[in-house]
Amino acid sequence: MKKIIELKNISKSFDDQVVLDHINLDIYDNEFITLLGPSGCGKTTTLRIIGGFETPDTGDVIFMGENINDLPPYKRNVNTVFQRYALFPHLNVFENVAFSLREKKMPKDEINRRVTEMLALVALKGFEKRAVTSLSGGQQQRVAIARALVNQPKVLLLDEPLAALDLKLRKDMQVELKNIQKATGITFVFVTHDQEEALSMSDTVVVMSEGQIQQIGTPVDIYNEPENAFVADFIGESNILDGVMLEDYKVRFAGHTFTCVDKGFSPREPVDVVVRPEDVDIVPEEKGMLRGIVTSVTFLGVHYEIIVDIGGFKWMIQTTDFCDVDEHIGLSIDPDAIHIMKKSKYSGMFGDYSSFSDEMDEIGEVEIEELGEIDLESESAHE
Amino acid sequence: MNNKTRSVIQRMTLTPYSIWAVLFIAVPLLFVAYYAFTDSAFHFTFDNITRFFTATSQIDDGETVREVHTYLVIFWRSLKLAIISTFFCLLMGYPLAYIMARAESRTQNILLTLIMIPMWMNFLIRTYAWMTILQDTGILNGFLSVLHLPRIHIIGTESAVVIGMVYDYFPYMVLPIYSIMAKLDVKLLEAASDLGCPAVSVLRRVIWPLSLPGVLSGITMVLIPSISTFYISQKLGNGKFFLIGDAIEGQYVANNLHFAAAIAFILMVILLVCMALFTKLANRKIIVA
Amino acid sequence: MKRASKIYTALMMIFLFAPIAILLVFSFNEAKSLSVFSGFSLKWYRELFRDTETLKAVRNTLILAVAAALISTVMGTAAAVGMNKLRNKYLRTALDSLTNIPMINPDIITGISLMLMFVFVGRLFGAATSLNFGTMLISHITFCLPYVILQVLPKLQQMDKALPEAAMDLGCTPLRAFFKAELPEIMPGVITGMIMAFTLSLDDFVISYFTSGNGFQTLPIRIYNMTKKTVTPKMYALATIIFFVILTLLLISNLYDEEMVQKRREKKLNKKQAKEAKT
Repeated sequence: MKKIIELKNISKSFDDQVVLDHINLDIYDNEFITLLGPSGCGKTTTLRIIGGFETPDTGDVIFMGENINDLPPYKRNVNTVFQRYALFPHLNVFENVAFSLREKKMPKDEINRRVTEMLALVALKGFEKRAVTSLSGGQQQRVAIARALVNQPKVLLLDEPLAALDLKLRKDMQVELKNIQKATGITFVFVTHDQEEALSMSDTVVVMSEGQIQQIGTPVDIYNEPENAFVADFIGESNILDGVMLEDYKVRFAGHTFTCVDKGFSPREPVDVVVRPEDVDIVPEEKGMLRGIVTSVTFLGVHYEIIVDIGGFKWMIQTTDFCDVDEHIGLSIDPDAIHIMKKSKYSGMFGDYSSFSDEMDEIGEVEIEELGEIDLESESAHE
Repeated sequence: MNNKTRSVIQRMTLTPYSIWAVLFIAVPLLFVAYYAFTDSAFHFTFDNITRFFTATSQIDDGETVREVHTYLVIFWRSLKLAIISTFFCLLMGYPLAYIMARAESRTQNILLTLIMIPMWMNFLIRTYAWMTILQDTGILNGFLSVLHLPRIHIIGTESAVVIGMVYDYFPYMVLPIYSIMAKLDVKLLEAASDLGCPAVSVLRRVIWPLSLPGVLSGITMVLIPSISTFYISQKLGNGKFFLIGDAIEGQYVANNLHFAAAIAFILMVILLVCMALFTKLANRKIIVA
Repeated sequence: MKRASKIYTALMMIFLFAPIAILLVFSFNEAKSLSVFSGFSLKWYRELFRDTETLKAVRNTLILAVAAALISTVMGTAAAVGMNKLRNKYLRTALDSLTNIPMINPDIITGISLMLMFVFVGRLFGAATSLNFGTMLISHITFCLPYVILQVLPKLQQMDKALPEAAMDLGCTPLRAFFKAELPEIMPGVITGMIMAFTLSLDDFVISYFTSGNGFQTLPIRIYNMTKKTVTPKMYALATIIFFVILTLLLISNLYDEEMVQKRREKKLNKKQAKEAKT
């Protein structure tokens, strides 16, 4: 495959705050690549550097073998679909799509032909004369895509384009975007914080955090073989535990020694262990490798989400079998369900499932008790 | 945006205005200070400033002749009349702004236009209209005599000056208060009455504190021009009531630029200090509220 | 509205319009009296139109206001664009404060300060009278600029920052991007700013009074000179004409506004229908 964009050693700071920290990334022709990470991880800045809206402090942006560090956006063969579309409100659908062609002073019939073709591609035939402000979110989205593609760029940059759409529409647009990418053969660089979106659409996923790339790989690799605790926690649900690699294929965690499929660690090396909630089997207590007490059960339709307390660590388990709260159960884990990761700076940052968000971790359980003490009767007697 | 383009754009767009602002906003103020502290030969002196605080003149009120500090008296009078006028503007303007903000949108637009019309008439004309009304042989007295009521003498009194100021600056009080109140979320008022607040308390505990920013900008917009005006007092005060603006204008007409600058300088400093104190006080009040 | 509100509003409107109404009525008075209406006549209007000084002042005022509005709009819009992009906090605060000065300072101080500078610089060059049309134009531009900036800046802040970027992405140079994507968006602010500058300049008396030379007289200064002596109802005729000009302009702009509101409503309706058609 041909490399189309190379980012070499890119750094960028805003007001002394490091946003990108020595990024290296290759983007290949005809690929759907997704930059994935929480807000503030530097994914949008990376996109804007490729688009030419930001200049990197250090490093080089190579486009088809040429350094384009100093090339302004209007001279780059790259187009962008902006976050909130950035359609020109004073122009109608046709004129929005024709914008770049008019800028190139293309003949009228050529413009007509290409705009019509593009609107057909995004299923907006017959909307030519409509004001963009009168369109629904999904329609505006299509206009933005058509406007960016009409120029036949080598690369299309998409900055969280689906964030403003509702869930069902978002799913439809995911399929459609993927189809458009296949039909046109244009490289798509897609930015999102939604891991599901990233996994379902991309050929390659780039997981970013704190200005650094954590992992580059196919969606399957990223999910099954996360590089470190951050990636494991960010992509899907996972129980992340401290463990020790006893020898090849033998790992000890949660007070039990397990057989695993990983090797190549030094003896007694401390490691992070990931077990996905759907990979844990519930067995009768006496048959379990681990034993614990169920602390909560949530019905989610396809399965139950069960929180199990094992020696003080709260595990999340997804199962179709029903358990009751306070039930004593046993857990069994297959060797290929255990994934071993080297220790990283993210080790220990992601705790167990006592709570889902960091915010609840901080608040703790105090407030709920306090609430109970308020005397509601005397308050209402005031009326 | 690209760093380089940004800096080019900045230079292109900001440079003309920056130069203009320094040259015609900042530098002229320095000239006020320069003239205030120099004599006619441009030698440094404090005389102009001291003259403001020490110059005296005699007032003959028919019985006794009193010696007073000319400019201090003028300054206090300006302040007094300005504060009274601002107070009346607020007293009359606040209910109007409230009524407007609660009216339906068409009525709001009509009232807004009506309030703005006099604003667009030159204030000289507006002031002169009041002179016509308040004169001893004017319409007010004509009206009173038709009703067989005694004529009143009002022109040339401080009341006439206050009437003129209130009339001229009334819209400047109503508009800022109205614009804040119109943006006030109706749900807040509903929430207040839902929580058991009677209408008067809603006004006192919700509407008033929330409208304070508008009230404050209304007060500054009325106070500052009324403290420094020089035409209203000449026409409606019959020239008997000199205000600080009249003093500056008088010195300018007499080509006594250095003393004019000194009065302007003192006025500016006092206003600056007052504004700083006022905004500080106001901010605290808004935060507390 | 409640009854009490109606009565109060009516009283306030009487307070606002009684003086103007009196001017209107007495501009048609036959006699010179200001308290007794002795009969309908247009003679003060005839006299007004024979007053070449006043007519010249009208012309002067319009020339000055158009020039001041145009220059301050162009310079102020550019300044707002630059200030909006300014990242240096200290520079931004300095420019903001400088811009606020003419709005906070009493007119009389702005007028005096400019006059002092003009006189001083004039003396340096040995000019006998340093105040003329030029100094007045400079002064008017100076006090109009902050109002233009104040109208344009919020529009720039409200605008989607990505719009000019989108234009550049689609092949526009930064300058073209400004004219094709940014300017249409901030146009309402630019136009309001220009109208404000124009009316402020038309209406200004205090600053003009201090910075005008003897040769150049604007309408407010002419009115001031007229009211210095005993006034003939000629001035009332002038006030009446001004009143009706303002009234017409306000009505036109109101109608225009309502049309815009109507259009916006239609747009919203379209949007709603589009949504419904989708689901």
